[in-house]
Amino acid sequence: MNSAMFIQHMLNSLTLGSLYALVAIGYTMVYGILRLINFAHSEMFMLGAYFVFWGITLGQLPWPVAMALAIAVTASLGVLVDQVAYRPLRDAPRISALISSIGVSFFLQNVAIVFFQAIPREVYRPQWLEDPIITHGVRILPLTLFVPFLSLLFMLVLLWIVYRTKAGLGMRAISKDIETSYLMGVPVNRIIALTFGIGTALAAASGIMWALRYPQLQPMMGTIPGFKAFIAAVFGGIGSIPGAVIGGLALGFIEIMTVAFFPDLAGYRDAFAFVLLIMVLMFKPTGLMGERLEDKV
Amino acid sequence: MLEIRDLHVHYGGIHALKGISLDVPKGSVVTLIGANGAGKSSTLRAIAGLLKNKRGHISWKGTDISGKTPVDIVKAGIVMSPEGRRIFAHLTVLENLQLGAYSRSDKAAIAKDMDWVFELFPRLSERRNQKGGTLSGGEQQMLAVARALMSAPELVMLDEPSLGLAPLLVKEVFSIIRMINDRGMTVLLVEQNAYAALKVAHQAYVLETGTITLSGTGESLIADARVREAYLGG
Repeated sequence: MNSAMFIQHMLNSLTLGSLYALVAIGYTMVYGILRLINFAHSEMFMLGAYFVFWGITLGQLPWPVAMALAIAVTASLGVLVDQVAYRPLRDAPRISALISSIGVSFFLQNVAIVFFQAIPREVYRPQWLEDPIITHGVRILPLTLFVPFLSLLFMLVLLWIVYRTKAGLGMRAISKDIETSYLMGVPVNRIIALTFGIGTALAAASGIMWALRYPQLQPMMGTIPGFKAFIAAVFGGIGSIPGAVIGGLALGFIEIMTVAFFPDLAGYRDAFAFVLLIMVLMFKPTGLMGERLEDKV
Repeated sequence: MLEIRDLHVHYGGIHALKGISLDVPKGSVVTLIGANGAGKSSTLRAIAGLLKNKRGHISWKGTDISGKTPVDIVKAGIVMSPEGRRIFAHLTVLENLQLGAYSRSDKAAIAKDMDWVFELFPRLSERRNQKGGTLSGGEQQMLAVARALMSAPELVMLDEPSLGLAPLLVKEVFSIIRMINDRGMTVLLVEQNAYAALKVAHQAYVLETGTITLSGTGESLIADARVREAYLGG
């Protein structure tokens, strides 16, 4: 392998990794606050991509506008799902909300099959993302710069919200102690809704960019990336935002590099993630950045 | 200022409060004493809006607040500092205090109160950028009280503030209670340390298995033979 190819593989890893990371952040944020694995999250990824498609074909919108609009619509949908399917179960055993989320996931997939039809659809891609830049013998697809850059931007906004705003302080408090947060006057339900909105927005953004990279839409497109992002979140330490980012990037690198260095194993690329999950659960169940489980004095 | 009439609470299948009535006059320190499981914490939690399964009247400055959410109750001027301090160990001292002021939006007034609690608790000021979890038990208790004060309350409810503290720190906690009462805040105190609580209280109630069995001024209950027998070690 020469260095030009290596750089391309690095950029591909970074692209795939940031897409996983964006989805993983949503899993980890919702888990951090509600201890809920929101299986419907991967459908938000799919819906985001479809909304852009409809925005462009039906709405005749320019691509950036369609993207912004699709993110906003999907985020609202994420909040709605919480209100309808999870909020009534807040005081129920944790497994109830988990099962509800599996139900929502199937429901949204089937709604997508009915309304969007199961035939794969071709996605419009802006030309400027397609024309390769060639410097020093390295062929760089602008897309592989654009995706990590935009993802980084989203993550910085997220970090700003979580660590620099009042709502973010509320989120961090709720994630550790809901009852005391109530006692301090934190509007818990509003903060939870905001968390779903932000997490879903990131999943939608990821789905939209995924469709630029792998330009085919179908109603099940969220399932495998969703699972992998979930694995990334567990790998990084579920509940930890930096963990989700690191886990997502790590998974992207492992997947691309294994295929690059061992082309014979390319057929198993989806299996790597699951092997990783099993290893993490066996040897470090709390993940890389997960909290140690210790008793408070 | 706070009037409770015939309050019943069911909690985890238990009839925790069986129709209690009590008054907390403005500017006073009122204490609830009683054994574990007598319903002291349930009373505070019911007032704070944490318990949904309740019956009866809780009236605050003339309006019924028994159906309000915890957020509304904090906004109405009642704050509760829960048992076991429950400070946010992963947040800094400053962030814990900001959280206490979550329901408020007047930044200038919040900053003024922040200066005031740092003046009240100089040790917290020194450690303002430290994580709450790194503080000692006594400092954590001060932080829990200071955090409650940051909501600019009229009524401060303290659930077992001296629990698990060394004798010297227990003394400090009670002097803090006097100090915030001197500042014009009304205090409703739940305590295991019955003697110290009765000493500081203007009015006191004894709770036994969800019913109020005795009430009177703090001094009169210290003198009461039944209280001495049951709660003050004879």
